[in-house]
Amino acid sequence: MAKYLIKRVAMMIITLFLIALLTFVLMHAVPGGPFTSDKQVSKAVLDALNEKYRLNDPLWKQFLDYLGGLVRLDLGPSFKYQGKTVNDFINNGLPYSARLGAVTLVFVLLASIPMGIVSALKNGKWQDMLVMAIATIGVTIPSFVIATALIYIFSFKLGWTPMYGVDSWKGYILPMIAMGGYSVSFLARLMRSSLLDVMGQDYIRTARAKGISETRVVVKHALRNAMIPVVTVLGPTVANLLTGSFVIEKIFAIPGMGGYFVNSVTQRDYTTILGMTVFYAAFLIAMVFIVDLFYCLIDPRIKFD
Amino acid sequence: MEPILQVRDLRTSFMTSNGEVHAVRGVSFDVEKGKTLGIVGESGSGKSVTSLSILKLLGTTGRVTAGSIKLDGEELTGKSRKEMRAIRGARIAMIFQDPMTSLNPLIPMGEQVGEMLWEHNRKMGKAERERKVLELFRMVRIPEPEKRLKSYPHEFSGGMRQRVMIAMALACKPELLIADEPTTALDVSIQDQILKLMRSLQREMGMSIMFITHDLGVVAELCDRVAVMYGGLLMEEADIVDIFKKPMHPYTMGLMASIPDMNQDRRVQLQPIPGSPPDMIHPPRGCPFAPRCPYAMRVCMEEIPPYAVTGANRRSMCWLLDPEAPAAGNPFKQGREAAV
Repeated sequence: MAKYLIKRVAMMIITLFLIALLTFVLMHAVPGGPFTSDKQVSKAVLDALNEKYRLNDPLWKQFLDYLGGLVRLDLGPSFKYQGKTVNDFINNGLPYSARLGAVTLVFVLLASIPMGIVSALKNGKWQDMLVMAIATIGVTIPSFVIATALIYIFSFKLGWTPMYGVDSWKGYILPMIAMGGYSVSFLARLMRSSLLDVMGQDYIRTARAKGISETRVVVKHALRNAMIPVVTVLGPTVANLLTGSFVIEKIFAIPGMGGYFVNSVTQRDYTTILGMTVFYAAFLIAMVFIVDLFYCLIDPRIKFD
Repeated sequence: MEPILQVRDLRTSFMTSNGEVHAVRGVSFDVEKGKTLGIVGESGSGKSVTSLSILKLLGTTGRVTAGSIKLDGEELTGKSRKEMRAIRGARIAMIFQDPMTSLNPLIPMGEQVGEMLWEHNRKMGKAERERKVLELFRMVRIPEPEKRLKSYPHEFSGGMRQRVMIAMALACKPELLIADEPTTALDVSIQDQILKLMRSLQREMGMSIMFITHDLGVVAELCDRVAVMYGGLLMEEADIVDIFKKPMHPYTMGLMASIPDMNQDRRVQLQPIPGSPPDMIHPPRGCPFAPRCPYAMRVCMEEIPPYAVTGANRRSMCWLLDPEAPAAGNPFKQGREAAV
């Protein structure tokens, strides 16, 4: 167990290092820099800025400096916003993104798993068709189209929900549906196919041959087995939802992390790009790790090694 | 004595997107109390479907379309789901072919066996149930049973899993045990152990067994009586000694010729039966075995033969046994003439 954990953590650090390196290289490979702009800036000013942010150092030195900061969990100052650090951006943005993400995650789980179960148990009947129709819409229509449609109907026409912002709990409803729509549909489909597969297994026939009720066959024998593939994709899904969606945050004017991230890319705000990428990657890796630990709780066949 | 299981003209079909699959097309047999009936046939002969029909475990697409199934004189075909549940496990238990996939991978073995006891005797306390499971584990000779109760299926070998399946099936002391190819997925040495175990448990508990297999060797070891199935029909039924002494159906003869024999001259090749089983969506009009039968006559292709009594307590479904069948090249008539 301890050996496994050490190995896993070492792998996580290597992965993060590679992600940081790759992002750093790609970022510098793109022409232009944080201080390139339409306005004519005198060379003296530019030199001074480059000097201040140490952009004149060779790239390997810049990278090592950055890693040094990373070890101390210091993601560095923003190149574009005076007096702000990347840590500030995350501290400001993450609570909004995470709160919306948590609400959406609960919504996704409460909607998708029951949908998948009903669909599988009523395979081929109208309930199945209805759920699969909804799931197809959710997978195929992009979130910003759903968001726009939801705002038009529920905010503009019916006036039930606010058009933007998360000042009251009502503000969470539409972004939650728009952002979670895809995951709900995807997980409902996965749950359906997984449960259908399990229901055809020999051990389900064995359970039925014992004379136990069909409800017990499903709840006790089928569901846990059917949940295994669902748990697998849950890690990335959780990371995705909690770190926010730029598009949804933009549409509903939610000051989450996504906005900072996209702005940083267009503005070549080097430290912010790196910081956000590394933060997102770390979050994702941690979630996948937690899911792997969860696996062992569900499936006795999986051991730590 | 009344048989424990009496099946009459059983017909079972599966509704598929390609059409109705006539898996069982009118099968009748008895399982005598305390005895073992072997049902022999190749894949697709309808032998497994026959057993699943008895317990109504046919899934959503399968359906018994006609016939009668009586357990100790009690008709089962009209039973509701709830009534069937009280019979499954308690009065008729079943063990399946593949012990690797027939046990739930996520539930400890002891709990899976205990569930059977729990379902059919809710009054039994937890402690007593655990004691009973331990007793069952000992009964099927699982070494160190105390340690094994909390183990999961993947921690067991195939033979051990099949022992657990047997323990589970026998937990409620059923009157009839249906064993659907219980040894097929096991190594030969383990097969032998499992067969011996089943035989000794049958003697102890006095239950009846319906043993489904494609392996005539297994039948010889365990069964009192054999029913040979092909193409959804019961081709021949006889006592074990009689059928091995003299098979009275070309299909049975074919099956016997394809058993390897240790003492056989190596130059004599094993005789496989040529061809493959019939398409059961459009079953042949006549005898299903006719296209593969070396003795097939014109009538065999056109009409299903009636049963002919071929001796004491035995019958076969073959046109060669018809009184009007030609004697020339007829394996059964020559035999009889020689006997006379």
